Amino acid sequence: MGLEIAFWIFASVSVVSAMAVVFLSNVIRSALFLILCFLSVAGIFITLNAEFLAAAQVLIYVGAVSVLILLAITLTKEIQHGNLFNKLRIPALLAASGFLGVVIYSLINTDWVISGTPPEQTTVKLADTLFNNGGYILVLEIAILVLLVAIIGSIILVREK
Amino acid sequence: MTLIHYLILAAVLFAIGLYGAVSKRNAVVILMCIEVMLNAVCITIVAFSRYVTPLLLTGHVFAIFIIIIAAAEATVGLAIIISIYRTNKTVDATKIDLLKW
Repeated sequence: MGLEIAFWIFASVSVVSAMAVVFLSNVIRSALFLILCFLSVAGIFITLNAEFLAAAQVLIYVGAVSVLILLAITLTKEIQHGNLFNKLRIPALLAASGFLGVVIYSLINTDWVISGTPPEQTTVKLADTLFNNGGYILVLEIAILVLLVAIIGSIILVREK
Repeated sequence: MTLIHYLILAAVLFAIGLYGAVSKRNAVVILMCIEVMLNAVCITIVAFSRYVTPLLLTGHVFAIFIIIIAAAEATVGLAIIISIYRTNKTVDATKIDLLKW
């Protein structure tokens, strides 16, 4: 019961704040509503028994990515013009709502195979899955290498000549 | 709560992000909408992992990879936007047409 109430609160907050990101006319306010959207997605992760992912979401998205976005907004002067739409507004609305309709229709008409209840705590099992033998340690190292290359590349891109 | 609620929530978030990413002018706002879409995909993967294969947790692993790649993408994208702003004095995606002819 409590889980259901939490799900509905987080779901409505995330959808409303995502719409605010798109429709608000002030870019800074859109970025702040994006932070709210990230936080409620972290809450959704908690209702799905994914505590580690919720913590990672708060640390990486709310902590790092949103600060980066706010910094980029303040470094570019585009904020004076507001949060404008381009001339693809109506076709984009049609395409997005058509996509949503098709996806929801196919979701409702599919028989999903639901299996039993999960363990209460997933963080320890997640660490086992990641780091044990036959785990994903090599893939994780490659992902870390990708992140390092991205950091170095962005430093080179924004460096003053 | 069943699987279908989470999947519909993720579909709604993805559609909102898609609409914003296609129809916005400011390049930073386009990146923000792409982040919303990536979050929706993360919700889908974790919901499938919770309800379909709850004992394997592979969905959590792939959600971690999505978060890593999204962080890298945000870093490089914002660096490119700032670099474009230095040369063009604008981040309006309709006015950045250097590769158009």
